[in-house]
Amino acid sequence: MSPASVFVCLSLTLLSDYPVIRVKPDNSGVVTDGVKHSMNPFCEIAVEEAVKLKEKKFIKEVVAVSCGPTQVTETIRTALAMGCDRGIHVEVSGKDYEAMGPLQIAKIFAALAKKEEASLVILGKQAIDDDCNQTGQMTAALLDWPQGTFASEVTIDGEKVKVVREIDGGLETIKISMPAVLTADLRLNTPRYATLPNIMKAKKKKIANMKPADLGVDMVSRVEVLRVDEPPTRLAGVKVETVDDLVAKLKANGTI
Amino acid sequence: MASPLIRCFSKVGRQVSRPWSVCQHGLRNRSTQPDMSAEQAAALGVSYPPLQTYSEEEGMMRDAVNKFAQERLAPFVSKMDENSLMDPEVIKSLFEQGLMGIEIDPEYGGTGSTFFSSILVIEELAKVDASVAVLCDIQNTLINTLFTKLGTAAQKERYLSRLSTDMVGSFCLSEAESGSDAFSLKTRADKHGDYYIINGSKMWISNAEQAGVFLVMANVDPSAGHRGISCFVVDRDTEGLQIGKKENKLGLRASSTCPLNLDNIKVPEKNVLGQIGHGYKYAIGMLNEGRIGIAAQMLGLAQGCFDQAVPYTRQRVQFGKRIFDFQAMQHQIAHVATQIEAARLLTYNAARLKEAGRPFIKEACMAKYFTSEVATLTTSKCIEWMGGVGFTKDYPVEKYYRDCKIGTIYEGTTNIQLSTMAKFIDKEYDH
Repeated sequence: MSPASVFVCLSLTLLSDYPVIRVKPDNSGVVTDGVKHSMNPFCEIAVEEAVKLKEKKFIKEVVAVSCGPTQVTETIRTALAMGCDRGIHVEVSGKDYEAMGPLQIAKIFAALAKKEEASLVILGKQAIDDDCNQTGQMTAALLDWPQGTFASEVTIDGEKVKVVREIDGGLETIKISMPAVLTADLRLNTPRYATLPNIMKAKKKKIANMKPADLGVDMVSRVEVLRVDEPPTRLAGVKVETVDDLVAKLKANGTI
Repeated sequence: MASPLIRCFSKVGRQVSRPWSVCQHGLRNRSTQPDMSAEQAAALGVSYPPLQTYSEEEGMMRDAVNKFAQERLAPFVSKMDENSLMDPEVIKSLFEQGLMGIEIDPEYGGTGSTFFSSILVIEELAKVDASVAVLCDIQNTLINTLFTKLGTAAQKERYLSRLSTDMVGSFCLSEAESGSDAFSLKTRADKHGDYYIINGSKMWISNAEQAGVFLVMANVDPSAGHRGISCFVVDRDTEGLQIGKKENKLGLRASSTCPLNLDNIKVPEKNVLGQIGHGYKYAIGMLNEGRIGIAAQMLGLAQGCFDQAVPYTRQRVQFGKRIFDFQAMQHQIAHVATQIEAARLLTYNAARLKEAGRPFIKEACMAKYFTSEVATLTTSKCIEWMGGVGFTKDYPVEKYYRDCKIGTIYEGTTNIQLSTMAKFIDKEYDH
């Protein structure tokens, strides 16, 4: 089965260099109103990889998918401007959106990938707001497809994909058969800028709309967030004169 | 995506260490409210949306150029200024991003977008470097517009596709003896059968070092006064065209400004742009639009400078509090912010008026005049707010200060703008 379509699954996150993220007064979460959102940086890398594969003629079509409220269409448009062919916006808003976690998203992506007969699903390795690093893996498990996560290099070799993965010990190279799920890591590529002519072309590309119910996915969360707290403020350090003092201090506060 | 803005604070002995590159952090699009697109405003039933409402396409373009300018262009800026030389890489990337043919039809390789998009692009570029912005502005608002409006099919075919992909253009009107009094130009074009011989010299020609094509305004019949002025398309490699040494300027140093010598240049009849004797009309028409482009450049310059200085005032502590917290500082900063906002509204409104096909010349003059004055005020104040460090070349504000000065001078001096406005005002009270 030669690769036909690749799904790139995007996440909309809080802008990466926004100076101050505040916890809500009731500790139920983080303040998101009025905070600028944009495409998750790892998802940008995923889009770039998919578009590159299409340019090298390994795949025919790149579909950009995202779940969330209307804001999310901007992200899909950016992906279209980077070179994706069409988009799918799965509408999730209000309470459902607040409760939406990796499992619900993975279920949606899995259902879509099956429905549209995708041969590759590429995601960013994690979203920079929650750092979960679960959606890709869960999607693969739900589809029962092989997965190449933390990819820093992707090569298509006939019916198989060679993935070089960044792991704690260094680099691991695996070969998996398609259809498969890949998650993009930082060094996979440098995302291109959407050129103005491509932005204009993106206007004409289609974004289909659907709801999780259309895919038969139940959005009920099995996870309840109990509390969100800011990390404790960093305390000043203590200076010591000699190594013996250091050892004594460490023993005193129970570290050793 | 690793943020390129994380650099180590390497300056020893300075309380607030902000090497050049880190200063770019301040340039992120700092709107206090998320922008609403025109489509969203319409959906809400807001029929007269505020001026800062962009179509989805305009918003995306602005964001794309903002990102591109701050990540790809910013690293080149200080070196280009010091060496008084535009890096060819920069020009290449402008073409690659589609920024040099914003309004050109996709049929000729352009982006096929609107005038307002050009204005937004120029503003975003100017936040980072006014020299790059002016290169883009001249190309889009003067050169491309002239070819699009006046070009024959053959001329469009030959030039528009080059202008949108790899060729820079120059507009040659001013001479040593004719600046504001543009129509007293002395360059002559004498007809000989099916070609013209052009003789004369031009001065203050922007982009001259990089241009592949020059639009030269010359007079075919000096006895007819300005009604002899015509526009000629001159290729760079035309024999007799000499590009002089570029000026060593106070500001906008990366933009090449050269004198031109035209020594018996032979230009075929088919290279006349538009009609003979109508050149003065074309020049006026184009400069009216170019005015809004310059307003956008000065606006971006002011905003970019402001965005560098304010974060400093929030960090710098004296007498136990941030200098931003002193009332005198707050008042000055708020005053400047108001001026910039007013300048922005004038500029955007002039652009929208032009797009709507409504009269816009008085408003365009107002926009150019006001924004250039605001840029002067803003940059001067920003240096003061940053104190000693503002005065050094290690920090970007002094460059904005030097760059802004040309705003009140080129493409119609402030005095010319004011006189033009007065003429319109006079007419308004005619009945």
